Amino acid sequence: MTEKESQETISVQAPKAFLEVRDLQIHFPTDDGLVKSVDGLSFGLERGRTLGIVGESGSGKSVTSLGLLGLHNRKNARVSGEIWLDGQEIVGSTPDQVRRMRGRKMSMIFQDPLSSMHPFYTIGAQIIEAYRIHNDVSKQVARKHAVEMLDRVGIPQPDKRVDDYPHQFSGGMRQRAMIAMALSCDPELLIADEPTTALDVTVQAQILDLIRDLQKEFNSAVIIITHDLGVVAELSDDILVMYGGRCVEYGAVEDIFHAPEHPYTWGLLGSMPRLDRDRTERLLPIKGSPPSLINVPQGCAFSPRCAFAELNEGRSETERPELREIAPGHRVACHLDREDRQRLWNEEIRPKL
Amino acid sequence: MTTPETTAVEEPRPSASQGEVLLEVSGLRKHFPVTRGAIVKRQVGAVKAVDGVDFSVRTGQTLGLVGESGCGKTTTGRMIMRLLEPTDGRIVFEGRDITHVSQGTMRPLRRDIQMIFQDPYSSLNPRKTVGAIVGAPFQLQSVQTESGVKKAVQELLDVVGLNPEHYNRYPHEFSGGQRQRIGIARTLALRPKLIVADEPVSALDVSIQAQVVNLLEDLQDEFGLTYVVIAHDLSVVRHISDRVGVMYLGKMVELADNKDLYQTPMHPYTVALMSAVPVPDPSARSKRERIRLQGDVPSPLNPPPACRFHTRCWKAQEVCGQVEPPMVELAPGHQVACHFPENAPSDAEDRVAKAAGLA
Repeated sequence: MTEKESQETISVQAPKAFLEVRDLQIHFPTDDGLVKSVDGLSFGLERGRTLGIVGESGSGKSVTSLGLLGLHNRKNARVSGEIWLDGQEIVGSTPDQVRRMRGRKMSMIFQDPLSSMHPFYTIGAQIIEAYRIHNDVSKQVARKHAVEMLDRVGIPQPDKRVDDYPHQFSGGMRQRAMIAMALSCDPELLIADEPTTALDVTVQAQILDLIRDLQKEFNSAVIIITHDLGVVAELSDDILVMYGGRCVEYGAVEDIFHAPEHPYTWGLLGSMPRLDRDRTERLLPIKGSPPSLINVPQGCAFSPRCAFAELNEGRSETERPELREIAPGHRVACHLDREDRQRLWNEEIRPKL
Repeated sequence: MTTPETTAVEEPRPSASQGEVLLEVSGLRKHFPVTRGAIVKRQVGAVKAVDGVDFSVRTGQTLGLVGESGCGKTTTGRMIMRLLEPTDGRIVFEGRDITHVSQGTMRPLRRDIQMIFQDPYSSLNPRKTVGAIVGAPFQLQSVQTESGVKKAVQELLDVVGLNPEHYNRYPHEFSGGQRQRIGIARTLALRPKLIVADEPVSALDVSIQAQVVNLLEDLQDEFGLTYVVIAHDLSVVRHISDRVGVMYLGKMVELADNKDLYQTPMHPYTVALMSAVPVPDPSARSKRERIRLQGDVPSPLNPPPACRFHTRCWKAQEVCGQVEPPMVELAPGHQVACHFPENAPSDAEDRVAKAAGLA
């Protein structure tokens, strides 16, 4: 990531990373004003690695994932920036080009498997459809492939269940069928948007194991979007923390959990009751609530909720902090001095977690 | 948000084990009939949503009910509220049997038993102002307040951390966390003794969850409330409960004090449930041993015989499918329904066998 800045100024060339997002902006003009759902997001991802995107509702994580798949309607969304996937740029491509990539090069597991599957078609028919669009095969071959995929994701009696309708599946099985569908064309990039939020913990553990095993098998790049820090800690190699449409902290999973430097990340860690620690008497919530994306606070978007904003002598309210690299692979957007941040984390925040 | 001091003390909160029994539930059952036929309906089966649950809650205590979806925890909560008519069993509130009392007799009692709902978006009437919503309990129960309903409502809004000036606003003007606070204010209006909270924080963002959890704890200290908290999130339940009951397919499988349950879980299902919770610590990823349960929860329409967990249990033996394990107190205050409990004293299996009538 160090050469990225210099690269950008020189030329707009295909990057080295498998997936590279540069200054992605997704804005929606509405009657109430411009909603800046994603406002200048950059990151990269290699094959075989997992990136976790965490943030609260309305922080722009799902909009980002839809943007990566080119699923925004150009009529009512303003998308700018660059998304490079395996040497091909997505934002500037025609809808037809993107459609050919979707499913084959990149695919997505949606949050709610009941509403993202068609209730009128059998599970098998929906998997077969996706497979036959990208592969010129007969229906029989595609059906055999669908049964294989269902078997792979652990659906019992796949040759019978392939003819079932989505309502005949339980929540966990539907999510497995979604994963089978998403993986049917061996995509190189898999985006999982809150893949386990609607599921029970025991089923969630099964699905997380499944995603991990399948990633090893296919060596695909995975982006997992969630608000559950436990899930990202289990799966991710790198973590991107989003707030108000921007990245506030990016780093390796160990850095984010053991040496986080952004007050918002501290807040997220303090808000969670944890099973692996002794019970604390009180949780440490973040005060206030997430900002509206029409009216993002001036300066640092997190400043109204930040306990340490006044340490910056007014800079928090006027000047937007840029994402700066503070250690190899660890970037933070905060006005506080690095020493102050480390001192606050070690002396004030960490002992209370 | 009154006492923001943070102390990591591990002592049990006062009045956790003492205090009178406020609510006692024994042998509670709810079977929903399944019918066939358009004109003449005949019953072809029953969904045994709750099938024999016993527990008691003491004044000032918090009981947590956890389990996966379909285990009957919400049905149990709704029966305590008498929103559903129990099929069998007894619910005793303050020494009074309220299992089958009529709507009319129940109405004055509703002052003492209140509920916090899961979804802050659908549990508030969008056409009423906050003042009307929070003030409704006063009108319904014709309670006279000292200086008018408006004053009382504004005080309540203040207690739950909202601005009293929000009196004339509508629910859509608030965020999810604020709406949940409005719901809590309404619940508190008549100073209830028992509050049944059904998934009070699961619809909220992480940072807001913590605010509401802290608020519930503050209110408990301030008003001496008793909670029955129903949730699927084990870490939230651990944080707020004094006693925890684990449910599986309509049965209580383990009931113990918070600390005992989380440190020495005895039922294999509890053990599996806890090992399935993702831990927010990447360094624990590799050394962790996870118990992977196979498959999904069976249908409550046709639950497995005897021990309902035996189809997914890694310790199951022949007896588990034939004889139902009774709830046995294997440690002080720690009841388990399992033939082969984990973390249990050495004579546990014999005691369970004796209680089941096998030895």
